[in-house]
Amino acid sequence: MYTGSITVAETPLLRYVLGRADDALVLGHRLSEWCGHGPMLEEDMALSNMALDLIGQARALYTYAGEVEGAGRDEDAYAYLRDVTGYANVLLVEQPNGDFARTIVRQLLFSAFIDPYWRALMASTDQTLAAIAAKAEKESAYHLRHASEWTIRLGDGTAESHARAQQALDELWPFTGELFTVSAAERGLVDAGIAIDPEALRAGWHAIVARVAGRATLTLPADGWMQRGGREGRHSEHLGHLLSDLQYLQRAFPGARW
Amino acid sequence: MSTPTTPLWEVFIRSRTGLAHKHVGSLHAADATLAVQAARDLYTRRGEGNSVWVVPSSAITASDPADKGLMFDPADSKVYRHPTFYEVPDEVGHM
Repeated sequence: MYTGSITVAETPLLRYVLGRADDALVLGHRLSEWCGHGPMLEEDMALSNMALDLIGQARALYTYAGEVEGAGRDEDAYAYLRDVTGYANVLLVEQPNGDFARTIVRQLLFSAFIDPYWRALMASTDQTLAAIAAKAEKESAYHLRHASEWTIRLGDGTAESHARAQQALDELWPFTGELFTVSAAERGLVDAGIAIDPEALRAGWHAIVARVAGRATLTLPADGWMQRGGREGRHSEHLGHLLSDLQYLQRAFPGARW
Repeated sequence: MSTPTTPLWEVFIRSRTGLAHKHVGSLHAADATLAVQAARDLYTRRGEGNSVWVVPSSAITASDPADKGLMFDPADSKVYRHPTFYEVPDEVGHM
């Protein structure tokens, strides 16, 4: 038996909420892939904790998406029954874990963006989004601290750890531009005070990353060609593989509970 | 195992303001900052506390197990040292 995929409405608020939820779910899933594989027990636990923070944020956002859509869908429907082109996360969060340095640098680049983003979104005119942002901000603030401290130690550590952290930064940098993009539909939400304009956070994001990179003796890459497409459902090859793992059970055994 | 790059740290958690920090376990970390982070991740994930101390395990001086007799046995027979012979007024609160 196979459960068909769902297609959700394309209203701006729903699309926006699902995009933020997908960011959290996909990055949370990536971090959960470290469970049992961490370089040391302490970091295995730390990454799993952060994975659970992110999946918790995703649950709150998917639940709200269900209210917005009003089609009787719960959080599981959005997570398990949308195909890869229905996902609206940024490409950065779906990039593979690679080694520990790559996972940490990815976490730094995303957390340095999303933490100020949640803080700004606490002033949203949408009360539910403001409440979700207030809870998520405390979690992302810790994720940023954790990733910053590790980036500094990896970059300013051994020749090997420095090389790996620098390579991760170079390879992930082209995925950072998409963090600041705003679709035409989202622009309307920004104007209504529901969403916030990420462009206003760009200088602050750059300052955080530059400060950490400086202490880590890493060199920030130049801003060249930036990848994009995730928000519109055009993903890298990696997301399909991730979703096949994440969705397999509910697709093979529809409605399975335990 | 404690290694030169990730020594062992002892972790102390204060469960509530006003109480003392209590030893809860140990962990490995490269330095004090990472040790506090790891302590938060390992020992406070179920809301166990609001303050964390970490101390290098190597900084602890322990009593010698061979001295157990002379160190601790003499206290066994000193029942009068237990403050059980008077009532503590409720107003005193936590002691």
